[in-house]
Amino acid sequence: MTTTTDPPFIAVESLCKSFGDTLVLQNVSFGMKQGDLVSIIGASGCGKSTLLRCLNFLEVPDSGKISIGGIALSRSGPEQPFDQEMEALANTLRSTVGMVFQNLNLFPHKTVLENITLAPMVVKRASRNRAEAEAMALLEKVGLQDFAKRYPMNLSGGQAQRAAIARALAMAPQVMLYDEPTSALDPALVDEVLQVMHDLDREGMTQIVVTHEMRFARSASDYIIFMEAGQIIEISDADELFQNPRDERTRQFLKHFPR
Amino acid sequence: MWRIQPAWRKPLRCFGIKPEALLTAFVALAALISSVPRATSAEPAPLTWGADATSGAPYVFDNPANPALVIGFETDIIEAVARRLHRPSRFVQNRWDNLIPGLERGLYDVAIDGIEITPEHQAVVDFSIPYYTTFEQLVVRKETPGVTTLDDLAGLKVGTLKATLAQRILDKAGTMKVFTYDEQLNVYADLQNGRLDAVLLDAPIALYYATPYPDLRFVGDPIALIRYGIAVPKGRTDLLSQIDAALADIRDSGELRGILERWKLWNPLMAAELNDSRPSHAQPTEFNAFMAATALKLGWRAVLERYLGFLPLIGRGALITLGLSILSMALAIALGLLLALARVYAPRPFSSLAAGYIEVMRGTPLLIQILFVYYGLPNIGLKLDPFVAGVLALGFNYAAYEAENYRAGLQAVPRGQMEAAIALNLTRVQSLRYVIVPQAIRIVLPTMTNDFISLLKDSSLVSVITMVELTQTYLQLSTTYYDYFGTGLMVAAVYLVMGLPFVRLARWTERRFEVDMHPGGARRRGAVPFLRKGITP
Repeated sequence: MTTTTDPPFIAVESLCKSFGDTLVLQNVSFGMKQGDLVSIIGASGCGKSTLLRCLNFLEVPDSGKISIGGIALSRSGPEQPFDQEMEALANTLRSTVGMVFQNLNLFPHKTVLENITLAPMVVKRASRNRAEAEAMALLEKVGLQDFAKRYPMNLSGGQAQRAAIARALAMAPQVMLYDEPTSALDPALVDEVLQVMHDLDREGMTQIVVTHEMRFARSASDYIIFMEAGQIIEISDADELFQNPRDERTRQFLKHFPR
Repeated sequence: MWRIQPAWRKPLRCFGIKPEALLTAFVALAALISSVPRATSAEPAPLTWGADATSGAPYVFDNPANPALVIGFETDIIEAVARRLHRPSRFVQNRWDNLIPGLERGLYDVAIDGIEITPEHQAVVDFSIPYYTTFEQLVVRKETPGVTTLDDLAGLKVGTLKATLAQRILDKAGTMKVFTYDEQLNVYADLQNGRLDAVLLDAPIALYYATPYPDLRFVGDPIALIRYGIAVPKGRTDLLSQIDAALADIRDSGELRGILERWKLWNPLMAAELNDSRPSHAQPTEFNAFMAATALKLGWRAVLERYLGFLPLIGRGALITLGLSILSMALAIALGLLLALARVYAPRPFSSLAAGYIEVMRGTPLLIQILFVYYGLPNIGLKLDPFVAGVLALGFNYAAYEAENYRAGLQAVPRGQMEAAIALNLTRVQSLRYVIVPQAIRIVLPTMTNDFISLLKDSSLVSVITMVELTQTYLQLSTTYYDYFGTGLMVAAVYLVMGLPFVRLARWTERRFEVDMHPGGARRRGAVPFLRKGITP
């Protein structure tokens, strides 16, 4: 949990979201500093993915406030229309956030290089030369410089996920969100993806990871959020959560994972 | 009279190049076609006359010796009329069934094509004084004994053409088995080969189409009385009286008799009517020329020459078919894509509107849509050129099928693709343009090729709105020459040749896209050289 007196870089306050009659997020609040890596864990259906998707407005929250880097968007309730003004604000917020999905969401009709240059060229109107130079630098960073001309079908799952990270980084986000980035991968390919996230952490990237990789969560996270039934049950330092969970529900959940 | 009905094919679906480019081309072409300058010179406006050149000899038909010319005894008569009105004449092709609606719609000044002066017809159009009187002729095989009247036909198989006076007469008698045909050629062929025992049809048809069969015999007295007149729109009394005066002059000057004798149509009824019992002296030159040109047995050289003579006509028909199909397909693609996007991505009122459009267009016959656009829309002040009407009707119809095809394609693209694009800060429109639609196109391409090929064939339906495209050209040629076989093969080959490039193009793009998205699959097909080249920057 943030203990500094500075305003947190990311602040989520009283976020609520329901799908029909199902309440998916109930009054979720947390904050994080710039450069933190936070893992969100919890059983499937606990709302952790929805929380992540709310952070870049792939889901529109019913109520609550999200602020990232000083830009804030709040909504009083589902009755308040998500109007154009809010839409524009959401787009601004989204532009500070990169996202990597669980399913390999690379664009199959484009090469790895084109996957990465598309958004800079279309959204930021970067020149092809510049976009490609930056893309090549990013590919080198994730160890895929030799795969630029390949199509996604020709990549392993780990390579595809690293390319997806490079694609998100190409928009120069201040925050990276990962929605179970390794769940769809062969166990042998998990580490190469986690390594990239480790590297980014060292460079000071702010990252939020929804994951089932407890080993990674424990070793890499500055702190961990445990969720159940749409609520944050516990926010703790990584080691403390694993060794000394404060809440009985956290204890029950962690029982399933060998230390 | 007779009618020819091409077998309507069931409406089907379609192809993809850059929709914007094609749409632009379409708009430009449509503008070009509708802006063709109307005659503005000092020369008097031509007397336009509607007829169906596929309806056969001796009325109005393509000259067997030179298929680019329309001839017939009625062609001679109407040209004589135009000369007396000091106006040039211009022929307008229309299907026989539609001659009278076309007249009401103002497609031409008059219609002349064996149109009988009957109370039913007189209810909708005015008729000139009759220019020809004839009767129904009974024809049997030579060995058939004792048939001279309708009563002798009891229990026999009798053939005639659909929706003709002869059919009404036979149905009224009700004692024989009546078989109705679309095509006069087939009736006499079936009589010759024993499928029928007798045929009852207008005497001129019998003369031109039964005479070539050596085993057939004309029997009995004239049955019923048929008078042909020139049809004029109701209310055009000035035009009608001019035509009547011209016809009277043609009749009284002996020119009418001359025309009829050249076509071997001078008969006792006419002699009585014109009070002219002089023996016939002129040679039936036109009749003889027709018999010679259409003689069933021809040397291979003559046959070849004849087919070579067809080429310009078939080429013109093919161009119209191709132009019509490409433009309608372009329209169908552009509109179909809009409809599909509206259906899948647009908010409520728009998506329902798109769905409604698709249901209506798919649920009603293409033929009716074509007729509606051409003959129906003028009622609300929208008069379209036949080509434009054809493109619009075909395009609007196929757009519905394309929309459904594209909708399936769009929905086959995983939802995550849209989310990934949005997460990269692309707008919804950008996501569609760069991510979703390019993937959907790869999915829908094979179906689009199919659709284009069926559109190529469905475009023959526009023959109902006076367009002489490839199928109509086939009908005109085959009815003129009694030759469904050779002409059919030629026309079929042209359709095939027109479709092939698109099939090949589609195969190529398909393979190329497959290489892009699934290189493993391409290697299995041994298309490796394509692989490197196929990658686009």
